[in-house]
Amino acid sequence: MIASATLFGLCGAALIGLGLYGFVVQAHLLRRLIAFNIIGSGIFLLFGASGARDQLASTDPVAQALIITGIVVALAATAFGVGLVLAFAKVTGQTHLPEESDARQRPLKAGLPDRSVQTIVKDPAG
Amino acid sequence: MTALLPVLILLTSLIPAAITFFLAQDSKRLRIALNLGGAVLKLGLIVFMLAEVAQGTVHETRLEFAPGLYLLLRVDALSLLFVSLSAFLWLLTTVYAIAYLRDGPELSRFFGFFSLCVAATTGIALSGTLISFFIFFELLTLSTWPLVVHKQNAKSIAAGRSYLSYALPSGAMLLVAIVWLESAVGPVEFARPVDFGPLDRTSQQVIFALFIAGLGAKAALIPLHGWLPAAMAAPAPVSALLHAVAVVKAGAFGVMRVVLDVYGLERMTDLGLALPLSVLAALTILWGSARALQQDEIKKRLAFSTVSQVSYIILGIALASPFAVIGGLAHLVHQGLMKITLFFCAGIFDERADIRRIDQLDGIGAHMPWTSVCFSLGAIGMIGLPPTAGFVTKIYLGIGAVQADALWVLAVLGASTLLNAAYFLPMLYRIWFLQPTAATTEGAKPNERPLGLIAPAVITAFASIAVGLLAASAFSPLALATQIAERQYLR
Amino acid sequence: MLAIVALVTLPLVAALMAVVVERRGEWIALLSVIGVVIALSVLMPLVATDGPVDLVIGGWQAPLGITLRADGLALAFAGMAALVMAAVLVSARTLYGASPSEAETRGQWAFWPLALLLWGALNVAFLSRDLFNLYVALELLTVAAVALVAIEGKRESLAAALRYLMFALMGSLAYLLGAALLYAGHGTLDIGLLAARDIGDASGATGSRRASDIMAAGLMTAGLAVKTALFPFHAWLAPAHAGAPAPASAILSALVPKASFVILLRLWFEALPGLTTPALLATLGGLGAAAVFYGSVLALRQNRLKLIIAYSTVAQIGYLFLVFPLAGGDSYAQPWAAGAWTGVIFQALSHGLAKAAMFLCAGVWIIAVGNDRLSGMRGLASATPMTMSAFGIAGVALVALPPSGGFTAKYLMLTAAFASGQTIWAVVLLLGGLLSAAYLYRPLAMAFSRDDDATFAPVPRSLQVAPLLLALAAILLGLGSQAPFSLIQTGRPAAAAEGLE
Repeated sequence: MIASATLFGLCGAALIGLGLYGFVVQAHLLRRLIAFNIIGSGIFLLFGASGARDQLASTDPVAQALIITGIVVALAATAFGVGLVLAFAKVTGQTHLPEESDARQRPLKAGLPDRSVQTIVKDPAG
Repeated sequence: MTALLPVLILLTSLIPAAITFFLAQDSKRLRIALNLGGAVLKLGLIVFMLAEVAQGTVHETRLEFAPGLYLLLRVDALSLLFVSLSAFLWLLTTVYAIAYLRDGPELSRFFGFFSLCVAATTGIALSGTLISFFIFFELLTLSTWPLVVHKQNAKSIAAGRSYLSYALPSGAMLLVAIVWLESAVGPVEFARPVDFGPLDRTSQQVIFALFIAGLGAKAALIPLHGWLPAAMAAPAPVSALLHAVAVVKAGAFGVMRVVLDVYGLERMTDLGLALPLSVLAALTILWGSARALQQDEIKKRLAFSTVSQVSYIILGIALASPFAVIGGLAHLVHQGLMKITLFFCAGIFDERADIRRIDQLDGIGAHMPWTSVCFSLGAIGMIGLPPTAGFVTKIYLGIGAVQADALWVLAVLGASTLLNAAYFLPMLYRIWFLQPTAATTEGAKPNERPLGLIAPAVITAFASIAVGLLAASAFSPLALATQIAERQYLR
Repeated sequence: MLAIVALVTLPLVAALMAVVVERRGEWIALLSVIGVVIALSVLMPLVATDGPVDLVIGGWQAPLGITLRADGLALAFAGMAALVMAAVLVSARTLYGASPSEAETRGQWAFWPLALLLWGALNVAFLSRDLFNLYVALELLTVAAVALVAIEGKRESLAAALRYLMFALMGSLAYLLGAALLYAGHGTLDIGLLAARDIGDASGATGSRRASDIMAAGLMTAGLAVKTALFPFHAWLAPAHAGAPAPASAILSALVPKASFVILLRLWFEALPGLTTPALLATLGGLGAAAVFYGSVLALRQNRLKLIIAYSTVAQIGYLFLVFPLAGGDSYAQPWAAGAWTGVIFQALSHGLAKAAMFLCAGVWIIAVGNDRLSGMRGLASATPMTMSAFGIAGVALVALPPSGGFTAKYLMLTAAFASGQTIWAVVLLLGGLLSAAYLYRPLAMAFSRDDDATFAPVPRSLQVAPLLLALAAILLGLGSQAPFSLIQTGRPAAAAEGLE
């Protein structure tokens, strides 16, 4: 049977891999932010798993403290990122960085209209 | 006092520089007072120091940057030779520049950098270590650039660009040479013999080549001389500064330091470096003279003449025989006096009679007698006719060549003298013997006023004759040069 | 130590106050400048004579708590940052000072807290001894920096800010993952405790443990390299730095990359010196060399002043990475040790001062001309002589000509290169210097060209003084290098003198 710490570790690794894939493939800025959060969750899982190193009954409290701090930091960064993406979309009507709008997005989406742009532009505040 | 004196001498031009930068354009009197005051004070301090050094006092100042990285100012005979020359000529050039630029634009900037430039030259002369020398050497590059581009037109900007594109890479090479040497043998002080033990023969040779390449651009050795004729776009006082007081001299002085005090004549000869260096110097002498012959503009001709004349200094050092070394050292002063006279005069011709090309000189001797006499004296000295200073140099170099068993040098000296005559005598002929053309007489009556323009030229012309006539006296440049050379051979 | 507390908390508290109190941002900033300067002037002589000072936060010893240590490295950078921040905050008063009559703009409101926040994060990054705490500092720094890029809300600067954010987030994640691996292996992230474990020493370390350590160190290095904008992760830097308003650019270019670089220095020289391999050192040095050349060539090709200055940062950052192959190349003929390590720190300090001066000069000229195109710069030398001399003097420091701090740096690094027989890095240093002279020559010559028709908007003199003082500080760093030199040596890690590997 796999030890639970190892299981957590493997899950973390899988999340990191998934997130990394998303971050590289998706040009949409919101999706990238989500990918960032998925990677972050993976890393926090790894961190937590590492707290159970010595097979002792008690887990390492420092690791948990670090995770909580990390989550707060990631939350703040995400909130800031979302704000920036919104501002960018309001000014330009775009949801990708200028250098990536042609190269990446078209082949993947194969001609489907990008609905997220419209929703954001319709934001009543804007 | 002994520790303070070198610093004081440096400050006599640094402080005027620092203040002048902040002066308003119209505070003319203060600017003149600062610059002249600094120059006179500096000359006075140097005379005082000459007397002290004669009694055997050693002046030394140390300023630590980091352990092992320090600025050392130290006065020896060689630095005295250079520093008295530059201080004397700076005073005259300042007088000349004030008269020449009158109420031109950006005078505070000009005189600020002018003083900074001389501070750098003084620093070069007084440096006691390689790294101090390098610091002032680069400061000189930086402070001369604004002077070269002073007119701020396309031509002078291009000249400044050409100057930097020679000076900065060669500065980098000099730095490599210094760092390579010092990383093996520790900090190099000129007063201490260098232990070359940790370096093999090839490295020693390569480092020497790097030194010459690094110093060669300022000394205008071929093929690194290209900037000097281009820099003619600068105002006349700046040309005088470049050619006689500071830049070219700093390069030649650096070669002396490296050969005499870092490597030593004996090691240079042992490493087989003396011959290549003397051949390079000889080629530069011939090439400079040949190119001078092709020029139509007075200042361009003088510039190529400088290329040629400065290499006499290097030739003398490279021959490594006692008389040649004395000749080379003395020529440092001799060339300075003669060439600055010529540039002062060229500036007066340009400023007062709009004469820039050689064919405009016809008959000007009658209209501008003082300038023409000074110009002729300078030219005669350059050719090396007795009793001028140039004659003394050439005699010593000739005897030195025989001493060094390098008879081919005699041929070079002969050929170069002929070339010198070929490009200076026609100018003298035009000045004195041809009838004035319509253009010369029709224009505004040329005059040689104010006194600030003509007096420095007269003084330097007189001095260049005097150092030739009085070469045998105890205080002549030749006597000082002999003293320096003796130390080389006695140690 | 109260002074260490002040270094960290003063800017942070000031940032909070600037959010709360309306229209008083500039005065709060001024107060915190004064406070930090006092704290530094207490700490510096103390540390220089008595050695590093530790602050164990809340009395909790590592590995449970976090230690802040004021050693030479930290104080040198904190001092440089204080000088730059003082000059920038004073200069920014013209641009972002609140006027009593008009409504506060976003810039006027946001600039002060963001700049102060960034400063606090910087000081934490310089002082902290805990790799996780350093992560938090870096994140705070990044968020503040990205926000400063976007402060004007213009199209290009928003895009630049987002690009910066994306790069920085990935960098943070790589660093965090590395830290997690390191924690899993060793149960601590305290630099001192990690150093005590002699990580990487062949004895005792099993194969898989060593592999995981190398992986951790590699991830952290990659993350920090992204944040330092090391080639090839430099793409975000130039548009972000050039797109921000001048005072912000000065902070971003002069200070922000230095924080991640200091962490990198601490990581390799203090925490994990045993883990390096010659290949890794050569790779880092090689990327640095590539950055020097690539950044310089890009700078040469720009036609806007701020882009030239920004790409110059890419090139100048490259020099810093030469410390990895060069450290330990000490010549026994020279009286100092750790020449390359000290030299690189001098380079970072000198670059910080000079680069901030240059961006502030660019700010002055943008006010005078209206844009930062090179073609519009004709005649500026006569119109703004003070700014012109500031730019020129900063250029001297950047090209590493004597007597600037850059020259001291170059001399020390060159000596190390020759002493260890690695002349290839000497070539990089020299060619890099010449290239920087080439790209700085273009704006200089343009400003020096005469143009009698040009008319410029008047620029207040107070705005021109700050860059001149910063540029002079870069020169003073060289002229008076004795004091900073000995300060940097306090608490110097052994690996700095012995070299890595």
